[in-house]
Amino acid sequence: MHVDLALAPETLARWQFGITTVYHFLFVPLTISLASLTAGLQTAWVRTGKEKYLRATKFWGKLFLINIAMGVVTGILQEFQFGMNWSDYSRFVGDVFGAPLAFEALIAFFFESTFIGLWIFGWDKLPQRIHLACIWMVAVGTVLSAYFILAANSWMQHPVGYRIDPESGRAELTDFWHVLTQNTAVAQFAHTITAAFLTGAAFMVGIAAYHLIRRRHVPVMRTSLRVGLVTMVVSGLLVAVSGDRLAKIMYEQQPMKMAAAEALWDTEGPAPFSVFAYGDVDEGHNTVAVEIPGLLSFLAHDDFSTPVPGINDTNEALKEQFDEELGLGDYRPNIPVAYWGFRWMIGFGMTSLALGVVGLYLTRRKRWLAPSLRTGADEVPRLALTRTRELGPTLTRWYWRAAFLTMAFPLIANCWGWIFTEMGRQPWAVYGVLPTASAVSPSVSQGEVIASMSLYTVLYAVLAVVEFRLLAKYAKAGPPDLTEADLDPPTRIGGGRGAGADEDADDRPMAFSY
Amino acid sequence: MELPTLWFVLIAVLWTGYFFLEGFDFGVGVLTKVLARDRAERRVLINTIGPVWDGNEVWLLAAAGGMFAAFPDWYATLFSGFYLLLLAVLISLIVRGVAFEYRAKRPEERWQRNWEHAVFWCSALPAFLWGVIFANVVRGVPIDAEKEYVGSLPDLFTPYALLGGLLTLALFTFHGAVFTALKTVGDIRSRARRLATGLGVLVTVLALAFLGATQADGGGPASLAAFLVAVAGLLAALVANGRGREGWAFTFSGVTVVAAVVMLFLVLFPDVMPSSLNEEWNLTVENAASSPYTLTIMTWCAGIATPLVLLYQGWTYWVFRKRIGTRHLAPDPHAASRSDGATASGEATAPAVR
Repeated sequence: MHVDLALAPETLARWQFGITTVYHFLFVPLTISLASLTAGLQTAWVRTGKEKYLRATKFWGKLFLINIAMGVVTGILQEFQFGMNWSDYSRFVGDVFGAPLAFEALIAFFFESTFIGLWIFGWDKLPQRIHLACIWMVAVGTVLSAYFILAANSWMQHPVGYRIDPESGRAELTDFWHVLTQNTAVAQFAHTITAAFLTGAAFMVGIAAYHLIRRRHVPVMRTSLRVGLVTMVVSGLLVAVSGDRLAKIMYEQQPMKMAAAEALWDTEGPAPFSVFAYGDVDEGHNTVAVEIPGLLSFLAHDDFSTPVPGINDTNEALKEQFDEELGLGDYRPNIPVAYWGFRWMIGFGMTSLALGVVGLYLTRRKRWLAPSLRTGADEVPRLALTRTRELGPTLTRWYWRAAFLTMAFPLIANCWGWIFTEMGRQPWAVYGVLPTASAVSPSVSQGEVIASMSLYTVLYAVLAVVEFRLLAKYAKAGPPDLTEADLDPPTRIGGGRGAGADEDADDRPMAFSY
Repeated sequence: MELPTLWFVLIAVLWTGYFFLEGFDFGVGVLTKVLARDRAERRVLINTIGPVWDGNEVWLLAAAGGMFAAFPDWYATLFSGFYLLLLAVLISLIVRGVAFEYRAKRPEERWQRNWEHAVFWCSALPAFLWGVIFANVVRGVPIDAEKEYVGSLPDLFTPYALLGGLLTLALFTFHGAVFTALKTVGDIRSRARRLATGLGVLVTVLALAFLGATQADGGGPASLAAFLVAVAGLLAALVANGRGREGWAFTFSGVTVVAAVVMLFLVLFPDVMPSSLNEEWNLTVENAASSPYTLTIMTWCAGIATPLVLLYQGWTYWVFRKRIGTRHLAPDPHAASRSDGATASGEATAPAVR
């Protein structure tokens, strides 16, 4: 008798990839943005000597470290997972896909991991400017790492710079530069990095709001609030611009994904933008649809009338193109997931931007405020509705609360962004080249995948609780007090000041130890 | 040198770097239960590798990434075939990394004790499993004509592989003990030296058995030379350790690790994963390699990046060259968060100026 788990061999591997990747990506954007933001604050400390910047550096730096620890360890698994669960994928694309991964390790990971150690333990070992350079190196490392891995992912979305070797039937790299610089990679990088900064900025604003509403640690939190709000607005706008650009590219490269994102069943021109849809996937149409006429044509092609291909027509075209060779029969992704994922991504992301814009306006600089509303550097900013009128106490309280809650919004948007773009590419692992079903490891049993998935899920859940509690504890505690050693950084590498300081420093405790 | 051969060498270099560096990290982790007498000493041990363990671990990612790009079939067969072993390694590395970072982030006794258990077990387990994994790679496992691993988990636990695992566990612990003697002051330093002597004898026995069996089974003159260097390094490390020349002892234990790994790769060459079923199904440097174009690009990248990495990682070791002892530990790291009512742990707080 045939026992059917009702699972295709790739289903479990996909779930595992989804769980571990989304989890990993909870930490990545915060790591990328907090590295740069912390580096910026430390630069301000080195340049101005104002203690509030040093305290802010130490505070955000600590939260950054709690976060990067999780980002690093969950990242190791990502690099192993291709070989473990997707060995046929690895064989097929290793020649192309392996290169950016190896670049990432050799260039970016070494940077990050080495200089983070120097930064954590180096406060009393390195002269001020060298110590500052270390955190910038970490920041550069995180951004480089993002570039290489996104270039690799972009190749899965839109394979370029390769050929299929007729002998082995595998993909072979022919133009690495093209892989690194194709428009998909550039747009994905821009979109992901700006989203990362939106995430970090919202995190900063949220925690600053938490303290400001309680009138605690005001000088540090006031500065953090401003840095956060400015970053939030700038990066939020850039997320929107780069997202629009990426969507236009996707309309060309993966029309199916974008049709699914809009639940646009039949080719229409002008095509409407869907606000709400409920449909029947088997029948291939929507039963309920609320639409804005012509807007989708505009989003895809910059004018209000160009036709946008629908799901049904695209599916027929793909069947014609690929069925003889692959016989997949259905080239549609999971449409409700694509449709709602796309909306949640945009909705949560843009709500954060809106809150940033409102916040930046309400806390604007004193030039635009009547003298009665101006506040000093050690006061909680007053939220000013007009030049002379303050926001009422209830609304003020609500704004701070909303700012606190918005912390989670970019995280949610990021998750749905990845779920959308990866599930929207299905049934392909490499679009138009390698179906996902042909990518899994033939030698790995379902039992092994179930075992590893259960272990990861339990471990990740426990670590999530641990990490969240630690973050909350340190976020609540606020910026640390400074010690004399903090204000008296060494002038020589290895510690100490001036010649002969070594003997002196021999018994001095470390500024930081695990 | 042919490109695939060059990349075989580079992969060997990356794994050698990994085992040399994370070897003593694992060793130090094991010593937290074997050598340390109390919490303060455990902290000293963890802090000897504090600034560097993360950078050391990236050598693994570079080795794995390099295999993926240069020998996709090697990477695919090894990682999917040794699925559960690598799963255990991964889980260990995940928990271990978090343990280092989080252990001191809370003052509670139970919290710190749990993470310390994690540091020990998650250092010992991968130190053992890497030996098992490499022994199997060198000796050959059931691989079919499609380059797929067709054995089962128990197939990987042959006596030879278990011996390999014991050797790496003991060797890394020895390497870690010698490193500890070099990096600490006080009572723990002399105890590390005494422990290293005992461990060194054990490692010598295991090395003669495992590397000897490896040499007897598939070795040539080059691997014999590496074998002899490994054993000579071990004896030299023991002598230097006995005379209190800690820098030399560490150098020689490093030579042993390097020579042992080099020897395994020499025995392996020109295969990368031999099949125990049929010689024609062996994965070799030729049939598992990427295209010349990819290998050329990768050679440029590795050729420029690796020396730079050695340079700035070497600089890190120089910055943190000072020995540490219990008196050097930073006052309780919770001094900073006292305002939030964390319980005192009995250590002095740093003088605050504001």
